Amino acid sequence: MIDTSGLSCPEPVIMVKKAMESGEDSYTVIADNRTAFENITRFAAHQGFGVSGEENDGVYTIRIERNK
Amino acid sequence: MESIKSYKKELIIIGICGLLIGLFGALLVKFGNPKNMGFCIACFIRDTAGGLGLHTAAKVQYIRPEIIGLILGAFGISFIRKEFKPRGGSSPITRFVISFFVMVGCLMFLGCPLRMTLRIAGGDLNAIVGLVGFVAGILVGIVFLKRGFSLKRAYPQAPVEGGTMPAIQIVLLILLLAAPAFIYFSTEGPGASHAPIIISLCAGLIVGGMAQVSRLCMVGGIRDFVLFREKKLLFGFIILLAAAFIVNLCLGNFNPGFADQPVAHSDGLWNFMGMLLVGYGSVLLGGCPLRQLILSGEGNSDSAVTVLGLLVGAAFCHNFGLASSPDGVTFAGKIGVIIGLCVITVIALAYTKKNRV
Repeated sequence: MIDTSGLSCPEPVIMVKKAMESGEDSYTVIADNRTAFENITRFAAHQGFGVSGEENDGVYTIRIERNK
Repeated sequence: MESIKSYKKELIIIGICGLLIGLFGALLVKFGNPKNMGFCIACFIRDTAGGLGLHTAAKVQYIRPEIIGLILGAFGISFIRKEFKPRGGSSPITRFVISFFVMVGCLMFLGCPLRMTLRIAGGDLNAIVGLVGFVAGILVGIVFLKRGFSLKRAYPQAPVEGGTMPAIQIVLLILLLAAPAFIYFSTEGPGASHAPIIISLCAGLIVGGMAQVSRLCMVGGIRDFVLFREKKLLFGFIILLAAAFIVNLCLGNFNPGFADQPVAHSDGLWNFMGMLLVGYGSVLLGGCPLRQLILSGEGNSDSAVTVLGLLVGAAFCHNFGLASSPDGVTFAGKIGVIIGLCVITVIALAYTKKNRV
């Protein structure tokens, strides 16, 4: 679980990038604003990962999975 | 399931935003703004500081409606899109200090990153030297970002905290329109050159709204490309440059060269150094001065403090002779830029690694 809440650009994406470098297959990322949500999902999709997300009361939960 | 915007749609939105800013940037000059200064966040905050009497440089005093419009436009659109979120508490005083020095860098160069782009579009080759410094500053900032630099988290705040900056803009608009005796208006110089209030305000509102939707950021474009090979924001930057360039060509405002450029000087080293400081500081702040205005409209009180840092920095620059002018740079300005680079480096080191999130 990667919690990016309250962090300035581009820290949320850097956190996700560093997590991806660790080589795991799936991650859950929390974001508290639409900009971070868009940046993270775009980055993950460009890296060839499968991405899905949901918003609940202003909190975005993003699931990122390595495409097999 | 939250919808994920298609990349193509994002590029179209930021392309339109870049196009509009480039267009308005060049057209506002036609309507009366100083040359190559359709929009300049640093210059306009500086003029507003003068209008409020925070400094006494008689040539640069005018409450700029563009700034009011940018913040209120971002506020209105973010409210409609349910993205108005009061939050703050991410190292506010540190942000104030960084933005103070970002303004010192801007007034060494004579422009923010947005005006730098508009200056290039007008043929001012000094701004290309500035761009080189700007990119170098961003690269230095990225070194710290990669090592874990963070100004730490912001947290949700009360609606009043997020609404204060937009409310202040309403007050500034009333002061501008009512023009009481304690508000200063330049009678000559750049501060006296301005488009009609309604045009400036509308341009600000439209661009503010578009920038909120597109997240356009002059620093972010280069930063994200270097860090992630992400081209979206850079695309906006390039469209903006191209749009302003074409409008300048059509209006006869494209005059390539180094010498005698409008509201500019040709000291290459200090154009470089000024924008180095701006790029470096802005990366640590998470966005350029334009982006800070937009975020302050979205309820981000850290960005509001950043804007206040820019305002106070501008007042200091003119009260203590740090600001450059078309006559050239000042010794005090050079000292200010060097101190700024040192202070920002100390901050960058202090917030790197040991505070890793």
